[in-house]
Formats: sequence, C-alpha cells, structure tokens
Amino acid sequence: MRGLTWDYLIRRVAMFFVTIWLGATLIFIIPRLAPGDPVAAMVSRLQAQAGYIENSAEMIEAWRRRFGLDGPIWLQYLKYMRSVLTLDLGYSLAYFPSRVEEMIVDALPWTVGLLTLATLMSFVLGNLIGALMAWRRTPGLIRNLLPLTLTFTSIPFFMLGILLIYLFAFTLDWFPPSGAYARGVEIGLNWEFIKSVIHHGTLPALSIVLTSMGFWALGMRGMMITNEGEDYMILAEAKGLNPFRVFWKYGIRTAVLPQVTALALSLGSIAGGSTLVEYIFAYPGMGYLLYQGIVNTDYTLIQGIVFMLILGTATSVLILDLLLPLIDPRITYERG
Amino acid sequence: MNATPTFPASSPAPPNGQRDDVVLRVEHLKVYYATPQGDVHAVDDVSFEVYRGEILGLVGESGCGKTTTAMAILRLVQPPGRIVGGHIWLDGIDLVRLSERELRRLRWDKISLIPQGAMNSLNPVLRVGEQIRDVIEDHEGRQPRKALKERILHLLHLVGLPSRVYNLYPHELSGGMKQRVCIAMAIALNPILIIADEPTSALDVVVQRVVAETLLRVKEELGISIILIGHDMGLMAQLADRVAVMYAGHLVEIAPVRPLFKTPLHPYTQLLIESIPSIKERKPLKLTEGLTHDLRNPPPGCIFQFRCPHVTEGCRTRRPMLQDVHPGHRVACFLYHEAVASGGTSPQR
Repeated sequence: MRGLTWDYLIRRVAMFFVTIWLGATLIFIIPRLAPGDPVAAMVSRLQAQAGYIENSAEMIEAWRRRFGLDGPIWLQYLKYMRSVLTLDLGYSLAYFPSRVEEMIVDALPWTVGLLTLATLMSFVLGNLIGALMAWRRTPGLIRNLLPLTLTFTSIPFFMLGILLIYLFAFTLDWFPPSGAYARGVEIGLNWEFIKSVIHHGTLPALSIVLTSMGFWALGMRGMMITNEGEDYMILAEAKGLNPFRVFWKYGIRTAVLPQVTALALSLGSIAGGSTLVEYIFAYPGMGYLLYQGIVNTDYTLIQGIVFMLILGTATSVLILDLLLPLIDPRITYERG
Repeated sequence: MNATPTFPASSPAPPNGQRDDVVLRVEHLKVYYATPQGDVHAVDDVSFEVYRGEILGLVGESGCGKTTTAMAILRLVQPPGRIVGGHIWLDGIDLVRLSERELRRLRWDKISLIPQGAMNSLNPVLRVGEQIRDVIEDHEGRQPRKALKERILHLLHLVGLPSRVYNLYPHELSGGMKQRVCIAMAIALNPILIIADEPTSALDVVVQRVVAETLLRVKEELGISIILIGHDMGLMAQLADRVAVMYAGHLVEIAPVRPLFKTPLHPYTQLLIESIPSIKERKPLKLTEGLTHDLRNPPPGCIFQFRCPHVTEGCRTRRPMLQDVHPGHRVACFLYHEAVASGGTSPQR
C-alpha cells in the first residue's frame, strides 16, 4: 500500500510541467501587457547616445525579428514556447551579443552555493533555537539567552549586510567587502580558490543566516509548544524515556514537518538569488544579475531569471512531494 | 526469559482493614490548579489503597478529579497544576518526594499508563515496534535486536495483535488496535501497577469488550494491579474488584464492587447508579438539579450538600470523613457514621 507508484509519479511530473507551462506563459503575457516597446525604447536610447541613427524604423523592424517580436501574437507565443522548451532564452537586450543562458550559467553556481549553504545553516540553527526555546527542560540560562539571537530578525538583512561590511570589512578588515573570490586566484578546484570563496562568502552568508534564523525559530517554537500538549508527549514522559530521546524523536521529529515544506519552498526560490544581499556585496550571482537586468530594462534577461526561478521552485516542490512520505509516514503516495 | 513476566495471580483476600499486599497507598493527596481567581482544588485530601493483582475502579463525573488523581500518581500533573500535599507510596517509595531522575527510572518500570486518548497517544512518525522498543531500551539498556523483536512480538500477541503490527505506523491501525498497542506497551516492563485512564471511552461496544477482556487477561495472567478510571458503570461492574467513587475532588465511597452496586451508601453513589441508562426501560434522568460548587471555594461541611437529597444542618458545617461502615466498605457520609456510632461499633480510623 505504500511506496512510490507509477500513477503518483506520472501525476506529479505532469503537475510539474503544467506549472512550468503556466509560469512561462505568464512571463510571455505580462511584459506584453505593459505599455511601451522595448525595441523602440532601446533604439531611442541609442539615438540619445549617438545622436541621429539612420533607418531607425528598419532597424527596429530587424531587431523585432531578431527578438521574435514580429508576427501575430500566437506565432510569437509558439516561437517563444519552442525556445523555452529548448532552454533558448535569447539574447540579452542590454549586453547584446551575450546570451541570457550564458549569463545565467555564469551566475547560478555562485547564488546556489551561497544561498543553499546560508539557507540550510539558517534552517538548522533556527529550528534548533526554536525547539530549545519551547522545550520544558532547556536550562533557564540558555532559555533566556536564546531570544537574544533572534534580535537580528527585526533588522532587514541588507541593513545588517551594510553593518557587517562596515564592522568586519572596513573597521576590522577580517573579510573582504565585495566579490566572490580574490582577483588573481586561479578558478578551479584548488585550495587557494576554495579558501578565497569561503572568505568572500562569509559576510553575505552571515547577513542572511542571522536575519532569517528567527523565521525558522519562531515557527519551530510554535510547533513545539503545540506538540508539548499532545498526548504522545505526555505518554513519552510517562514512559520515563531519556529526555533527549523525547526531545528529538517525539518533539523535533514531529514538529519539523511543516518546516521542511517551508524549507523546500525557500530552497526553490534560491534560483532567483537574493538581490539586495548580492548587490550590497557585489556578489556575482543571480540576484546581482537580476538587479542589472532591472536597471537596464533588459527584458530577456529578467524573463530568463524569472523563468529559472519558476523552474527552481517547481523542481524543489516536485522533489519535496517525492520525499515527504519518507519524512511523514502519514502522507502516502496514494491519492486522497 | 523475561519476556513473559509471570506473577502468581493472587486472588483478592477478604478486605479486612490493613492488608499486607498493598501495592499503592495514596495518603491525603492534594492537587491544585492555579488560576487567576485562586486555586482550583481538583483533588482534595484523597486517600486509598490498591492491592496486588486487583482492578480498582475510579469513577465519578467529568471534572471530579479522577484523571488528575491518576496523573498525580504518575507525577505527570501538567502546570498550572501541582501536587500540594500528601504521599503516594508505591512499593515502599514515596513518589511525591522523588527527584526527576529517580522518577524517570521508576516510571514504566513499576508504574505504567494506558492513556485516555489512545488515538493520539502514539507518536505518529514512529513505527509501533520502535515505540515499544525505545521504552525497553531506555530502561534496560541496549539489547540484541532479534531477541528484543521477539519480546515485542510476544507482547503484541499477548494483547491479541498480529505480528505485522510491529512494522506499522499508528495511523494505519484502528482505534481498538491502537488501544491494544498501548496495553502491550504498558505491560512491556512488567510493572506492578497500571493506570488505565478511560481505556475504552472512544471505542464502540464491541471493541470495548475486546479491550476490556485484554485488560482482564493482563490482570489475571500477569498479576498486575490496575487502576481503571472511567464513568462507564457497566464496564466497572464487569471489570473492577473494588470501586472508588469521587465527587468534586473528594473520595466519597470505596467498596468491593458487588456491595457498591447492590447497596450503594453515599447519596451520590446512589444517584450515580440510579442514573445508569438501561436498555430495558426509560428512566427519568437523575442528578440534574443543582450544580457542583465552585471548586475554588469548597463549602464548609460536606461537599455534596448542594445536591444531596438527605442534606441536614450538620452537613453544612461539619465535613464527613471517609470511614469504614462495613469491613472494606468506606463512605464519607454522616447518615452512616451516626448509625455506626450508635450501633456501638466504633468506626476504624
């Protein structure tokens, strides 16, 4: 009766593709609803820079073709869908000869590395703090100190980022203020490079972990307090079990389930990067790329990044759906 | 092999005052719940004994302190409740005075619980086998997996469950099966006392019967004493050897099951037994008039005075103590105390 069935897998994967199709369609529709013509805007921008441009009308026409903006709307849509299916995200409007997928491939590893680590660290620390805050047996001293760790939650992470740069980069000079690795270091799997990456990643990661930890902690605390009143917790107590076993297997193990769902969603949104953190630390990830796209009204770049975001979220939800029954036995692969 | 604990099944000796096979002695137990308006006297000066190998029924209406008494015996009264006074002697040890650490070692090893809501009393994310295994290993230390599994399977069979239950999760079991898992768990370490808190309340009558029979088997085959809490008087009549009746945090009557049902003495017990619904006839419902007093301010005198049909002036000023009226039949009511006194037999204690 348990176990992964073909039926379940097919339904979930179908759902995955429907989600992506819907997302892609939205990305197609929304910019076209917005007023203005990106190509005309670009040409007029060029005009403003270079003065008069000859044959501007023809140029606009040519560029429209280049970017698939000619022809009736349904034809545009079909072409767009074909390029989405082949993961052909087109040329960047602002950095013209560069292709969007190349820019994303360059930026994605940085973001995924930084944010995955930061999110996981924040998840583990936050949940542990939250669980300890709720646990009856937590020593009083620790219980009183724990809320202090959450004060950073009320500070916006970009503010904390600026604070960290000021403190640890400019005043103390322990960490570099920007970039992902030191100049002149050979990129590759060598110790120098890895050390440099960790060195550069510490401050951005810290600003994310410190500020987002509270979110996990408060959720976990609430779940644990609800849990404490459950009959199985009282029975666990009556059984005279080791308090740590009660804490882990009866407390955290049952309280963490909704948190795992939230984790999957936030891991999924990583593909979009953390724009402000990456901007402040000039970290060459997706967020920084998105910032550049917005500043330059680079529609294709923005579309590409948003599409990656949709892809990432849908993928992590799919993985979550496949993994959840392993974590919570009450969820089965059965329908219903 | 310690998988099947076998006590000699002792038949209850004639109850004549002090007996030497007392397993649990509760003395003047007081449990109060703190509220902003003052303490609620949930259990007030309750004393009773449980003998080896007997089922003691603890009955009374909702909120009378049955479950609180049971939880106090396990030292599991949840805040804002607290044990204010009294002693709970289990096998010569006063549970009220034990430290957390000593308590943890003693729990389940000597006294276990069949919880009220068996539906939600099993950890939803652990398999049945693991939940029985953890209690055994935490008390007896690590053990070879195979022998341990054998032992757990034996426990499951003892309560009439098939082996496959070992690998199932609680949500895959029916209510009756979960309740029997709880019974199997309760006897895992062969305790001397089991507290069964309304073990059948959420079950239909057929399953109730199965669970009741399982409890009887546990008592008879393993010689474990059971405190059976509930308000199902029919079930009590079937299972209990003695019955204690609680009202508003006080014990008002305690007697062997037959005399209690045949000649209930305390007016409250009488009303309680008269109000048992019958499938043969429709009786007018009793016990409707009058409410229980505010448990924060118990009145001086008898706690049942507001609802008692036989109340006298004396009941309003003096509080009747639990006294022997017949050997083993104790009641807290002046109606009988005076009769006993005038009859010349001095009440024992």
